[in-house]
Amino acid sequence: MPKAPDLAVNFAGIRSPNPFWLASAPPTNCGEQIMRAFDAGWGGAVWKTIGEPIVNVSSRYSSIDWNGQRMMGLNNIELISDRPLEINLREIAEVKKRYPKNALIASLMVESKREAWHTIVAQAEDAGADGLELNFGCPHGMSERGMGSAVGQVPEYTEMITTWVKEKARTPVIVKLTPNISDIRVIARAAKRGGADAVSAINTINSITGIDLDSLIPRPNVDGKSSHGGYCGPAVKPIALNMVQQVASDPEAALPISGIGGIATWKDAAEFILLGCGTVQVCTAVMHYGYRIVEDMIDGLTNWMAQKNYATIEDFRGLVVPKVTEWKHLNLNYKIVAHIDEAKCIGCELCYIACWDGAHQCIYLDRVSGPVDGRVELHAKPAAIEAATRASITVTPIPKLDAHAGASNGRNATPLARIPRIDETECVGCNLCSLVCPVENCITMVEVATGAKPETWAERTASGDCTVPQRHS
Amino acid sequence: MRQSEEIAERFPDLHPPFAAQAAIAEANRCLNCFDAPCMGACPTHIDVPRFIGKIARDNLRGSALTILDANVLGASCSRVCPVEVLCEGACVLHRYNKKPIEIARLQRFAMDSFHAAGGKLLRRSQEEHPEKIACIGAGPASLACAAELRQQGFQVTVFERRPLPGGLNTYGVAEYKLPARASLEEIELIRGLGVEFRYESEIRTQQDLEQLEREFDRLFIGVGLGAAHRLGIPGDDHRDVIDALQFIARYKTADPPPISESVAVIGAGNTAIDAANAARRLGASNVAILYRRAERHMSAFAFEYEHAKQEGVRFLWRVMPVRIHSDEHGIRAIECVQAAVGDDGVLAAVPGSNFHFDCQQIIYAIGQSPLLELLSSCRSLELSNGRVVVDRATGATSNPKYFAGGDCVNGGREVVDAVADGKRAGLEIAWSLEVAHA
Repeated sequence: MPKAPDLAVNFAGIRSPNPFWLASAPPTNCGEQIMRAFDAGWGGAVWKTIGEPIVNVSSRYSSIDWNGQRMMGLNNIELISDRPLEINLREIAEVKKRYPKNALIASLMVESKREAWHTIVAQAEDAGADGLELNFGCPHGMSERGMGSAVGQVPEYTEMITTWVKEKARTPVIVKLTPNISDIRVIARAAKRGGADAVSAINTINSITGIDLDSLIPRPNVDGKSSHGGYCGPAVKPIALNMVQQVASDPEAALPISGIGGIATWKDAAEFILLGCGTVQVCTAVMHYGYRIVEDMIDGLTNWMAQKNYATIEDFRGLVVPKVTEWKHLNLNYKIVAHIDEAKCIGCELCYIACWDGAHQCIYLDRVSGPVDGRVELHAKPAAIEAATRASITVTPIPKLDAHAGASNGRNATPLARIPRIDETECVGCNLCSLVCPVENCITMVEVATGAKPETWAERTASGDCTVPQRHS
Repeated sequence: MRQSEEIAERFPDLHPPFAAQAAIAEANRCLNCFDAPCMGACPTHIDVPRFIGKIARDNLRGSALTILDANVLGASCSRVCPVEVLCEGACVLHRYNKKPIEIARLQRFAMDSFHAAGGKLLRRSQEEHPEKIACIGAGPASLACAAELRQQGFQVTVFERRPLPGGLNTYGVAEYKLPARASLEEIELIRGLGVEFRYESEIRTQQDLEQLEREFDRLFIGVGLGAAHRLGIPGDDHRDVIDALQFIARYKTADPPPISESVAVIGAGNTAIDAANAARRLGASNVAILYRRAERHMSAFAFEYEHAKQEGVRFLWRVMPVRIHSDEHGIRAIECVQAAVGDDGVLAAVPGSNFHFDCQQIIYAIGQSPLLELLSSCRSLELSNGRVVVDRATGATSNPKYFAGGDCVNGGREVVDAVADGKRAGLEIAWSLEVAHA
């Protein structure tokens, strides 16, 4: 029997029993919490940022619900740790003593003075931290005082402070990157120049989650006013994946990456690792459901690795980085078209209206079923189809009055007339219909052999042949 | 109207209303189909995905107005429609092994919120037209016709023979589906538009009609059906042999009628089931439905049959009543024979199969006769099988001054069918009057 996959990692010199870390945030506010998290299975934790003394406001969080689901996105205006520094340091020491095998990272933020950084680095390391994460990303509150993202948005500051920290640090230094910048690679390169051992990405995104339409107060409400906050949770995952990929594929920024942004499941974690991350950090999902979610993150990832024959995290880390390329390197001669499985179609016609109004008008409702009385309208447009239904006369089927009322009304068979037809010659293979279809595997995208050899835009323009084939319409 | 607490207690909502959070969760299950089958299946073509989406998006007023735009009796329809064979039966989720969207309960949620917020019906036009229309009968067909015309600015008067409006909505629907007060609350909105109601004003004779023809430009006939068919067996004139619709009307709008230990209900349609369930809820311990044919022939909807069984109603199949036995204390029993289909396909009594079903009250629900006396008084109005012949798309009759809809046209369907008929007729009447103007 093959050995069970090993989830242990060595991230820039920091050893962790698994790649699942708690991000620097409310779930890592104190030692008592972190010890419970380690008991639940978390491999590491980044302590809630310590440094300058601060005062918090109430309230602090707000969220975006979507379609009845709570907290698709979470926003906060909470600042760094509001506990006395000495208490945090004492608890770091206590946790490290009791949990020597878990990774314990101290997140740091002090004013932009060399001495201040030297002091906090020494304090954190003396307490026993396995590594340091420099919070150059916090987008709210601290940035107004020249810290957090105020540092992380300026490459020179990032490089300078990283250099100061590295002068003093004996443990690995991770620079946490802000996404509130036009090109995250610029800051990642600066961190590398400053001597950082790793980066973590992404911090939260500047946001205003919403406005109460009764009181006209934005959320979160602090005595009638609000302030922009940091956005995180499932909604930000695609943005985080893109930024991670950008850093991972940039030779000048190449450093170990701790992935952050909307990670809630083992699948999310696998995706970040496939794009190059050595560890992942989680916050929102724990704030929503508690530390217990790590159980299935470990279990699910282990099962998937076993199925894929990956013995270690390194076996698949970064495998997908080369598969993300610039658009100009994509094969122009690859063609797919949509295919509707008639046996699965339930007749909702969402693909039809999506294609007509949102794509390329190549799905039709022109099939006929049942007795046909009168002219059959071919290629009717959406408005005409709805108008015909509104003008139709429908009556309640009453067994006593209607000979066939007792018969099945076809609940379990979609009438052919409601199953859309795809014009494959016009279909551009955009995927939209398969994305809106509510039925699993009902609309699939099928490759069509074009007979042409693969050719990219870069190759085509390099060969001097810039002709663009015309689409029939 | 007397609405005793006892009735409210004995007839709680069959389908309790949604709480707000549950309604939003349910609304979010809706796929928002294009050209949705539920909309097509609704006789009034309510834009179901549109009103459900508005619930999900916290636009309850918009949701209710979407419903009312298609169906002015959207509140009562949400409670009385046999949605299993209409919108919910057509939901595509059936084909995905999922529960259909609870359209009726969502519709009720939107309408309840509208009523609670003191919502009013909107006029379609602020213009006032001088033309006068009389709607005969204040049932769902007439109400829909009257509302449509008044919303367009015409002058509408509704004539009703009873003291309350609503027809079967007020008098004939089981209280656990639609309490009479809910029906009246909904009609109050139509009155609020400026429709005039004249109660206890029965139009019966040719003279009455001629008077209306002189006073009004168009007449809409929404009179429903007439007297219930009688059993036609010896003893059926006993005072404890009761017409089901009168029985239901009495418990809904007057004092609960005294109910006996054992009750026989003759007939197996939806009205028979409403009456049988009511007899159970009013205290009868032994209620049986007696039907001359087999289970599969019953005209009640399948879900009504299931409901009656849950209420504890028994069913006796293939039995024909032949005589009612009574003495000075009241009815003792109904004598029946077994029925069988002969070789000629005709239902016949099995000789010697007579038996007595002991009971003290007999409720009959074996159909209603058309109101032939009135209908045949309308000049040059074509009838067929006692029903007014109309163009289904417009409600136009053979007499250009007369329009008709509802049970007197379709032989007895659902509230929503009557509303659809009345609305189509209202639109056509408005159009015909505007053309006459132009």
